[in-house]
Amino acid sequence: MTGTSEMANILAEAAGRLLEDHVTRGVLGAAEDGTWPSDLWQVLEDNGLTQPLAPEDRGGRGASFADAFVIAFAAGRRRAPVPLVETMAAGWLLGRAGIEVPAGPLALIDGGGDLTFKDGALSGVAEGVPWAAQAGHLVAEIDGTVALIPTDAVTITPDRNMAGEPRDTVTFAKAKPSGTGTLDLTATLPVARTLGALMRAAQMAGAMEGAVTLAVQHAGDREQFGRPIAKFQAIQQMLARAAARAAQARSAAETAFLALDRAGDDLTDAEWDVAAAKVVAGEAAEIVYDAAHQTHGAIGFTYEHELHFTTRRLWAWRGEFGAETFWAQDIGRRVLARGADNLWPDLTARQMG
Amino acid sequence: MEDIRFTPGLLPPEAEALRAEVRTFIADHLKGYPGVKRAKSWSGADPEFSKAMGARGWIGMTWPTEYGGGGRSFLERYVVLEEMLAAGAPVSAHWVADRQSGPLLLKFGTEDQRRKYIPAITRGESYFCIGMSEPNSGSDLASIRTRAEKTADGWRINGQKIWTSKAHTAHHMIALVRTRPQDPKDRHAGLSQFLIDMKETKGVTIRPIRNMAGEQMFNEVFFEDAEVPADALVGTEGGGWGQVTTELAFERSGPERYLSSYQLLFELVREIGADAGPAEAAGIGRLAAHLSTLRQMSISIATMLERGETPNLAAAIVKELGVAYEQDMPGKAHDIAGISPRTGGGDFDQVMAYMTMAARSFSLRGGTREIMRGIIARGLGLR
Ligand SMILES: Cc1cc2nc3c(=O)[nH]c(=O)nc-3n(C[C@H](O)[C@H](O)[C@H](O)COP(=O)(O)OP(=O)(O)OC[C@H]3O[C@@H](n4cnc5c(N)ncnc54)[C@H](O)[C@@H]3O)c2cc1C
Repeated sequence: MTGTSEMANILAEAAGRLLEDHVTRGVLGAAEDGTWPSDLWQVLEDNGLTQPLAPEDRGGRGASFADAFVIAFAAGRRRAPVPLVETMAAGWLLGRAGIEVPAGPLALIDGGGDLTFKDGALSGVAEGVPWAAQAGHLVAEIDGTVALIPTDAVTITPDRNMAGEPRDTVTFAKAKPSGTGTLDLTATLPVARTLGALMRAAQMAGAMEGAVTLAVQHAGDREQFGRPIAKFQAIQQMLARAAARAAQARSAAETAFLALDRAGDDLTDAEWDVAAAKVVAGEAAEIVYDAAHQTHGAIGFTYEHELHFTTRRLWAWRGEFGAETFWAQDIGRRVLARGADNLWPDLTARQMG
Repeated sequence: MEDIRFTPGLLPPEAEALRAEVRTFIADHLKGYPGVKRAKSWSGADPEFSKAMGARGWIGMTWPTEYGGGGRSFLERYVVLEEMLAAGAPVSAHWVADRQSGPLLLKFGTEDQRRKYIPAITRGESYFCIGMSEPNSGSDLASIRTRAEKTADGWRINGQKIWTSKAHTAHHMIALVRTRPQDPKDRHAGLSQFLIDMKETKGVTIRPIRNMAGEQMFNEVFFEDAEVPADALVGTEGGGWGQVTTELAFERSGPERYLSSYQLLFELVREIGADAGPAEAAGIGRLAAHLSTLRQMSISIATMLERGETPNLAAAIVKELGVAYEQDMPGKAHDIAGISPRTGGGDFDQVMAYMTMAARSFSLRGGTREIMRGIIARGLGLR
């Protein structure tokens, strides 16, 4: 049994309040037009929200994943246009590899796919790297080696995802890291991908809660046929279904954060919970953005209305750090390899207290 | 709008310790038990199995020991239930009594009623059925017409119930009937609950209804001047609606709301095997992802119950999600395996055939999908 810890309460309160105050519609629009929200980042960093997961002796707060969940959830709920979760995840990786965590935003490289680490330098191309151009450093994990690379050691070609968030192409030509270390962990998948998926699952759960809240509000305000559209059963049923799926995504993401705390040095089982969270988040998103947009009618299709800042992120995030198919295949292969007789015993053992 | 949150719950060590015991019990009792019977699980009955569970103290586990209950936690009960369901154990004989009739009697019954009925339930010897639905009253339960009139020494019941699961094997029914005429200003007033002895009461006729999967599971029940004693009244006269709502909450939160088609997933995994292609693996993976998250949500609810909370909205959400998952399973299995199952085929064929048909009832029983969504919508503040 886990309750809500003191740390989680503090972080939830701070993250919720600061993000609500600072992520205004103006900030969201400007960020999409290419203005880095430096005030927002500064206030997050000043309040110790950017490095909850790094150990205290490396510049972090030494919080648990269970505590940090609330930050990732709030980041999605408020659509923070900064690499908050990437920085959190990268900070944890650096901490585990014994590397000092630098201040400022960090860019987390998914997977490690094409990158090679040879003779103390990185080569290759990484695509879709979140906020590479805005970050001071990049963090990559290649076969158990974590590397911290200053962004001035690489070439960055800016690009964007559907939500207008920076997703850049980074070219490494024998780029020298400013720090490297070894991850003393057992894992079946690249750890950066698992962490990225974990964070996206929590953000998506937050974003879905936001989309449902907007739709419920709109349904109460908007009148047609002489009454609020909330009174139409078709609207009620659609939003009830969406809210249930959003709640499932939140529960799955929170469970996955907890699984990382329990994992210790072996992430194999926690990968399952992360996979489940990313799969159910992606499936839920399909239902939630459909219901949210349908409820809003034409106004929700305008750039002026804020709904799209949430729903466009949901579309983009579904595909980042592994889409549902990637993670579903991973779980499916594990289940099939273990066979039907082990399915239930494995499931109950994995989620044991 | 209520904040909808399922705090991740972990099962405590004493609950996990129980798991091993239950597995041994199942292995001993269900050796060679065929797949299609496992698929019926909480609609499949076996009086001997129920008695054996009673003897182990696994019925009425959370009830006070003075009535024969186990005095154990909701989390321990949760483990026993989920293990039984995952194994497809034939638990239906005592299921309703354990899940809702017992708790109802403990909450609203008299001391005499508790002493009289609860111990036999915990022994796995006394089965109950639920008489709520009528031919003209399904979702709109408050519109029921079956009525009870006061007599010199009890009540006289006239009317008809329908879809009563297991009425033909149950010893008792807890029926919702009208004790005062319908009041158009308060539709929920004037309803009362009665405990009716199904074996001894004169004027009770049970007629089985065959379902589309070929089973004889639910029934019509007719009451023609059926006389019951004064102490057949459960709770307060006229307070039936509030009691029924409480009872339905017991019905909505358990692991049976997502494990009903577990046997099909089991057979599907066996059928597909380890050398599956990527699409098959992804299909299985999606089902497994839901299974594992729904289980967490269900455990979270058991944790809330253990804390003494009444998570009605959360229970409705788990039912909405769980039922969709278990009901969609045959369609997903069809997408993944693509067969037209034969009832004379192997376990996969038989389970697939049965489940494809049986799954239609999942979003009806215990409150339809639309009614559950209405409850969630109310929680969202939409109505
Ligand atoms: C396998 C099985 C076992 C059962 N066992 C029992 C039992 O043991 N005891 C018992 O009392 N009952 C039992 N039932 C009955 C069950 O509770 C009812 O089927 C259920 O309440 C729905 O009633 P109905 O079938 O009359 O459908 P209806 O209420 O007629 O509904 C038909 C359709 O209309 C929709 N609908 C109705 N009202 C609304 C509304 N206000 N808004 C939107 N849509 C609406 C429903 O959702 C459904 O889709 C059982 C049913 C099944 C299938």
